[in-house]
Amino acid sequence: MISRRKLITTGLSATAGATGLVVAKNLAQHYGLIPPDSGGLYGPGETLTYAAQRILTSHSMAREFPRSELSQPPFSNGEPPKDEAYRRLQAGAFADWRLSIDGMVARPSTFSLAELKSYPTHSHITHLACEEGWSYIAEWTGVPLSRVLDRVGVLPQAKYVVYFSFEPGWWDSIDMADALHPQTLIAHGMNGTALPANFGGPLRMRVPRQLGYKNVKYIARLTLTDDLKRFGKGLGSASPEAGYAWYAGI
Amino acid sequence: MSATAAIPTARATTILARHSALIRITHWLTTLAFLALLLTGIEILISHPRFYWGEAGNSLSHPLFKIPIPASRASVPTGYGYVLPDQNGWSRYLHFQSAWLLVLTGLLYTISIWFSGHLRRDLLPATADLSWRSFSSTLANHLRLKRPSEAEAWSYNLLQRLTYLCVIFLLCPLVIWTGLAMSPAIASVFPAAVSILGGQQSARTIHFFVSVFLTLFVFVHVIMISLAGFRNRMRAMITGRTAAPPKEDT
Repeated sequence: MISRRKLITTGLSATAGATGLVVAKNLAQHYGLIPPDSGGLYGPGETLTYAAQRILTSHSMAREFPRSELSQPPFSNGEPPKDEAYRRLQAGAFADWRLSIDGMVARPSTFSLAELKSYPTHSHITHLACEEGWSYIAEWTGVPLSRVLDRVGVLPQAKYVVYFSFEPGWWDSIDMADALHPQTLIAHGMNGTALPANFGGPLRMRVPRQLGYKNVKYIARLTLTDDLKRFGKGLGSASPEAGYAWYAGI
Repeated sequence: MSATAAIPTARATTILARHSALIRITHWLTTLAFLALLLTGIEILISHPRFYWGEAGNSLSHPLFKIPIPASRASVPTGYGYVLPDQNGWSRYLHFQSAWLLVLTGLLYTISIWFSGHLRRDLLPATADLSWRSFSSTLANHLRLKRPSEAEAWSYNLLQRLTYLCVIFLLCPLVIWTGLAMSPAIASVFPAAVSILGGQQSARTIHFFVSVFLTLFVFVHVIMISLAGFRNRMRAMITGRTAAPPKEDT
């Protein structure tokens, strides 16, 4: 038997709960805790993971290892692009490789590989783990993405860096927390040599606090944006379009 | 909550209260989460059915052991001439969503059994039972697949108590810890949580073994339920009530 009192209390707590959820969602939106693939069946889990990890990782640094921990040899997943354009660039030691940056920046620019290599570099020996379960440790050398972004002048409203591979259909994005993180590199070197083609040479995005697939190879273009809905199917990267989570910190 | 509160009934058998609503709800939410975690865990495992010890490991490194099954990735040397379909995308989404369900349900359960007295009354062994003699006699009865005595239908024997405590306070925390230790973002916040385990690949290997133990527990649990009277035990965990056994059984 449901009493009137019970009905009123249940109604009140349901309203309070619903209001609480709306307030929580708006707060989360405000602090950038909602991932672009938050809709759909797995949205709740994805949002909880991204929000929890964003709060926890605001000042964290990926673990760095001594040289003795380098994987010998490292494991390269997949092969470099087979098309004529890539081979021609490779034959010319990537002298004609260009990285263009556009979108919400003060000075849209294009950088050659030589220009990027002339900037002060940063190196770290870090773990790269694939979502499949395997991993390797390598030394990565490159220009911190934040330095490159400083040069083009990021507009304050930008929230994400979208990056495109030379390989068609392969693109991804990271939020500004990862883009401005000191260990996030546009890598052009690995284990003391120029970045080998099968590891993403000449340029690879290296985001050491996320899994392998966020570390897109053959980077050719960056775009800054405040809204990922404008790219592809609006899910933030090619990964969710193929069924994989946008955020890969886990 | 009280095990002795009789509910009047017209039938010959007496219907008695057995499990509280909170225990029943958390039991079935945990069941749901566990089955989803097991299924998706197997799917994820298939993409790289090799295990390593230490920080890093891949198809070029020496495995600790391999599971002799085909893989869902062509890059894994399995000895099979074919590759299984890739199911990792939704499996990973569902795995983490179910992990959230398990963690939140587990917290609710642990806090509530602490305050309700269920932990102290029904799970922590009585001091008198903590003797080798008591343990070996319970174990002997168990191994002989002896039907539980009347008293045991209302309370848990020493072996049950120790098993439940081990699952709740050892295996579940360990499977969550080793799961989180595989996350590059979590590793950046709590590096010691990874190094204590011996590295990220060690965490993955331990995660696998703890999952095997949890699966074994579920198998044995279901077998014991069947031996103790499947219908009546299921009824107790679904409706919260159970039929009192006829007097001559005692």
